Amino acid sequence: MWKWLHPYAKGEATYRLLGAWLPWLSALAALFVAVGLGWGLFYAPPDYQQGDSYRIIFIHVPAAMFSMGAYTGMAIAALIALVWQIRTAEWAIAAIAPVGAVLTFVALFTGAVWGKPMWGTWWEWDARLTSELILLFLYIGVLALYYAFNDARTGAKAAAILALVGVVNVPIIHFSVYWWNSLHQGATITKFEKPSMPVEMLTPLLISIAGFLFLTAALVTQRLRNEILKQELHRPWAQQQLGVEAEHGV
Amino acid sequence: MAFDSWQEAIWMGGYGFYVWLSFGVSLLAIGMLVVHGLLVRKKLAIMAVQQQQRKQRLARRQQQERQAHNEQSQVKGAQ
Repeated sequence: MWKWLHPYAKGEATYRLLGAWLPWLSALAALFVAVGLGWGLFYAPPDYQQGDSYRIIFIHVPAAMFSMGAYTGMAIAALIALVWQIRTAEWAIAAIAPVGAVLTFVALFTGAVWGKPMWGTWWEWDARLTSELILLFLYIGVLALYYAFNDARTGAKAAAILALVGVVNVPIIHFSVYWWNSLHQGATITKFEKPSMPVEMLTPLLISIAGFLFLTAALVTQRLRNEILKQELHRPWAQQQLGVEAEHGV
Repeated sequence: MAFDSWQEAIWMGGYGFYVWLSFGVSLLAIGMLVVHGLLVRKKLAIMAVQQQQRKQRLARRQQQERQAHNEQSQVKGAQ
């Protein structure tokens, strides 16, 4: 049943598949992010309590969602890398970590800039903010471990273990606003009751979330392609991809 | 449009600084990630060319050595 997956353990097959996806993912990301953010910035109505400052939500919430989503994806890749020793999965760890780190930074930064006018402080050591900061350190730790060894496979294994252990932080971030008293507001859309947001605000937010999903996928695709090429640089197919003519027997 | 003019849209009801700072820095961070990915690919292309040139140099030298060796043995054979 899962046999169709087997060819993708080989770098070249995955590289070509990702290459077919990349233009679509990039176009969808650009379209949805532009529409979602433009709508949120200029066409959504102002909030009755927070005025226009709430417009930061259109970038803050999607970035935070996919900072956690990317980590979950990285942990799954780490599990595959550790259990089945598939090199493509190891490379996926290195491809996802920088993207996740930037999304985490964006979530933290926009959160701080939103917190200043609304809470009166840039930063507070509260559960949601602290656990998201730990997420940033986890990403940085995974990257540091990945590149810390002379033997790339040892580094990948160490990074995979950290990525897998660190996944416990993801539910902590999500539920932190319920488990501890927090300045941070609770979930707006990811709950079972009706979303506590009018449609005029919810629609651009959902479009922006879709945009960040495509954006995350496109960025990871770009980096995974690079990582595959880097690891297979000595092979003729990789050199051909990089514009080097095939050898004609010197 | 939720605003009457572009000036008001930029002013954001007094929150313009916070809104534009967060949007600006976010787009900058993501843009840097994209550019970095493109630069890495460019660097890989340069490395691939260098690797191929090294291989060709090595092959040429081996051929030269082989030729020299053959000529020597031909000279020896003639003697």
